[in-house]
Amino acid sequence: MTLAEYAEFSNYAVASGTLVLALAFLAHLAELLFVRQEAVVPATASVGGASQGSVAVADEDDDEVEPRSAVLSRVGIALTIVATGLLVAGVVTRALASTRVPWGNMYEFGLTGVSIALVVYLVLVRITAIQWIGPLVTGFGLAILGLAWSAYVPAGPLVPALHSYWLVIHVAAVMIAGALFLVGASASLLYLLKERAENKGHVGPILSRVPTIATMDRLAYRTHAVGFVLWTFGALIAGPIWAHYAWGRYWGWDPKEVWAFITWVVYAGYLHARATAGWKGRGAAIIALAGFATFLFSYYGVNIFVPGLHSYAK
Amino acid sequence: MSDGSPSKSKRELRAERRRGPAPALGRLEFLRWMWAQLTSMRTALLLLLLLAVASLPGSFVPQRGVDARAVEAFRGRHPDLSPWLDRLGVFSVYSSPWFSAIYLLLMVSLVGCIIPRSRIYLRALRARPPKAPRRFERLPASGTFETSADVDTVLAAARRVVRRSRVDVVTEDGEGGSRGELRAERGYLRELGNLVFHISVVVVLVGVAVGSLIGYRGAVIVTEGNRFSNVLTQYDEFTSGTWFDPDSLPPFSLELDDLVAEFDIGDGPQRGAPRLFEANGTFRDGLDGDEEDYSIRVNHPLSIGSTDIFLVGQGYSPVIRVTDPEGNVVFDEAVPFLPEDATYTSGGVVKVPDIQPEQLGMQGFFLPTAASTGEGEASISIFPAAANPYIALQAWTGDLGLDEGTPQSVYVLDTTDMTQVLNENGDPFRIELQPGQSSTLPDGTVVEFTRLQQFARFQISSSPLAGLPLGGVAVGLGGLVLSLFVRPRRTWVRATSDGSRTVVEVAALDRVPRDDLPDDLTAFIDRLRDEIEPQETP
Ligand code: HEM
Repeated sequence: MTLAEYAEFSNYAVASGTLVLALAFLAHLAELLFVRQEAVVPATASVGGASQGSVAVADEDDDEVEPRSAVLSRVGIALTIVATGLLVAGVVTRALASTRVPWGNMYEFGLTGVSIALVVYLVLVRITAIQWIGPLVTGFGLAILGLAWSAYVPAGPLVPALHSYWLVIHVAAVMIAGALFLVGASASLLYLLKERAENKGHVGPILSRVPTIATMDRLAYRTHAVGFVLWTFGALIAGPIWAHYAWGRYWGWDPKEVWAFITWVVYAGYLHARATAGWKGRGAAIIALAGFATFLFSYYGVNIFVPGLHSYAK
Repeated sequence: MSDGSPSKSKRELRAERRRGPAPALGRLEFLRWMWAQLTSMRTALLLLLLLAVASLPGSFVPQRGVDARAVEAFRGRHPDLSPWLDRLGVFSVYSSPWFSAIYLLLMVSLVGCIIPRSRIYLRALRARPPKAPRRFERLPASGTFETSADVDTVLAAARRVVRRSRVDVVTEDGEGGSRGELRAERGYLRELGNLVFHISVVVVLVGVAVGSLIGYRGAVIVTEGNRFSNVLTQYDEFTSGTWFDPDSLPPFSLELDDLVAEFDIGDGPQRGAPRLFEANGTFRDGLDGDEEDYSIRVNHPLSIGSTDIFLVGQGYSPVIRVTDPEGNVVFDEAVPFLPEDATYTSGGVVKVPDIQPEQLGMQGFFLPTAASTGEGEASISIFPAAANPYIALQAWTGDLGLDEGTPQSVYVLDTTDMTQVLNENGDPFRIELQPGQSSTLPDGTVVEFTRLQQFARFQISSSPLAGLPLGGVAVGLGGLVLSLFVRPRRTWVRATSDGSRTVVEVAALDRVPRDDLPDDLTAFIDRLRDEIEPQETP
């Protein structure tokens, strides 16, 4: 294929990947709706007779007809796998079309970032069955793809400031960290919701499908711990080295640098909070969400709202 | 160290003291109390979050140290707000007293936290694994099995299975048989990693602070054919740390022969995007070193000794010649016009002090590829390369204000003591030139745009201790990985023999609780049984 054909293929792959991801998101939403309905049915049935026999009958029914929500959950995952495949194909062909790494501008950054996040999510689904964060991950992925599309530029070479292998390392580390922060933030959000429901003594049908809050706390901690290491490396080591070569100083309090620093500090705060009595659990989860907000702002907000040196901002 | 650490009990004591009615404290006790507060993890957490909040305003309000011109523009736009922001130090957040205060408090808190923890750690390094608790069922994971092997065999096997741990074995012979206990502890690297990480945070903070005290940074615009010598007066902008002596600038000089700027010439939306910037010329290290060639590109600086020279920008310097009505050439120089947008629409000022009887000043803009937008409309630049160079100026005569001794930017024309040159209709006289063209002012002065040159904007900086923070973060990263991923674990194996059968009890405790401990323990017991009775394995 020629470079132009690669570029065209990439656009088609990304567009269809976005569509399929939207379908996956809808499947997960429908799944949640059915979870609510299904929760209502057995509840009314058990009012009539709570004997062992009737429960057994209900169980047999379940074996024959899989609940719709479970089917939809699997459909959601399958669609996510297809979408991820398409997006990864889009990323690879984009790289081939521009003969460089596919993260040189906001469009590519968002596209590659979402692809990595989805791969990380699917691997975790495989390992620890975390499909319950599916609606959040696909929803967020769609939002970020939307932002990426709004900054679309055709495939092309890099501006001179981005010609550096430190850029490759810097952005790759930061994107993978972001993917982990996304999974961690989803777990922390569900943690907060479920914890509140438990404290009120009423856990709805959707939240009761989510694992125990201890499990979510652990998942959040692990993804954040790995993400924090990568963020430290990407934003605080590779970034300054690149900045040194590009701008003649390794740290200059450019808005993007300030926000990378703020993000780092907030996540360090999260790790501390988890080890501090009184801040464990709820407090830590809130800090984790604040950390994700600062991450999103340093990734996207800074480029939109604040002028700075990071030249792919425009 | 989150569980069972001595610091925790201290923390609890502290908390209890806080809860009670405040006793009248002596001065020493008060200081000690303050110190305890400052070095508690809760305070560190708050200081950390406070530092994040304190660095916020600097990302929204332009900073003097980053872009002084943007600060002036901001002040112009917000005349009411700016004096207040100024008083609060918002234009230089990262060197403001309050930012420094948080930074310093955090450092002190960190040091005050590291020292006692290091002492505890050193003691723990010498300590032996603790005795097994009496009742294993109370521990998070435990198991038991029976074997025909004797106590010594069991304990020797256990010792092989716990592998790289610190191990103590205690045995005793009683009346009814013998007993033995193996105590193993591993994961000392976690706390070491944690200490290394926190120490390296201090190293980085100190390295950055000291580096900025003894370093310098400056920027200079050099037009093709000109030479720059590394002395203070030649810089357009210069900042240095308090401990830096500007007289000690290392002597070197460099000449710019050629600046290459290439832009995308495709038809897509990338048209005009920069593709290559390169500055070529010769430099001389020291006052009488040899001339050597250099080529500086973006991301590829030139290093002369401890100084690095970076190409951070480029633009156009039209060469302007001014001839007075008597025919004397009073000005003939390349004048850098500073780019203002991506198409290199550039603004600039020409100051001609040596013309009689009144000085002449001109101000206007330069377009590298001018295109007219319609009759009577101002031209705009449509491409950053110089395909159709065009310059438009207006002129003033009077006093340029150069002799008053107040330093003045070469890029700003102060017209307070000047009058604008008008044409016969009373409108401002416009000078519009392309290379080779000239224009005659009403008084007979001739302004000519002889040719176009390019300039390079170099950033010259010395960051003498840059290796310290960099090394600090790199080592710190290693420590961080250890502190997050090493799992400290204590394992106990107790074997009790009644002479024929031996009951083996196993228990484990993680200092950082984890959910896979029971699985790990089951695997441990399987391996232990294999080790004791290899023949029984299928
Ligand atoms: C820039 C400042 C700081 C950063 C980035 C930072 C980062 C960290 C990290 C990543 C951990 C590991 C958390 C874990 O093991 O789960 C940690 C632990 C810890 N930090 Fe900090 N820290 C900072 C400042 C401080 C200060 C000032 C103190 C002391 C007052 C402190 C005290 C501690 C303690 C006691 C732990 C142990 C927690 C544990 O082992 O679970 N830190 N810190």
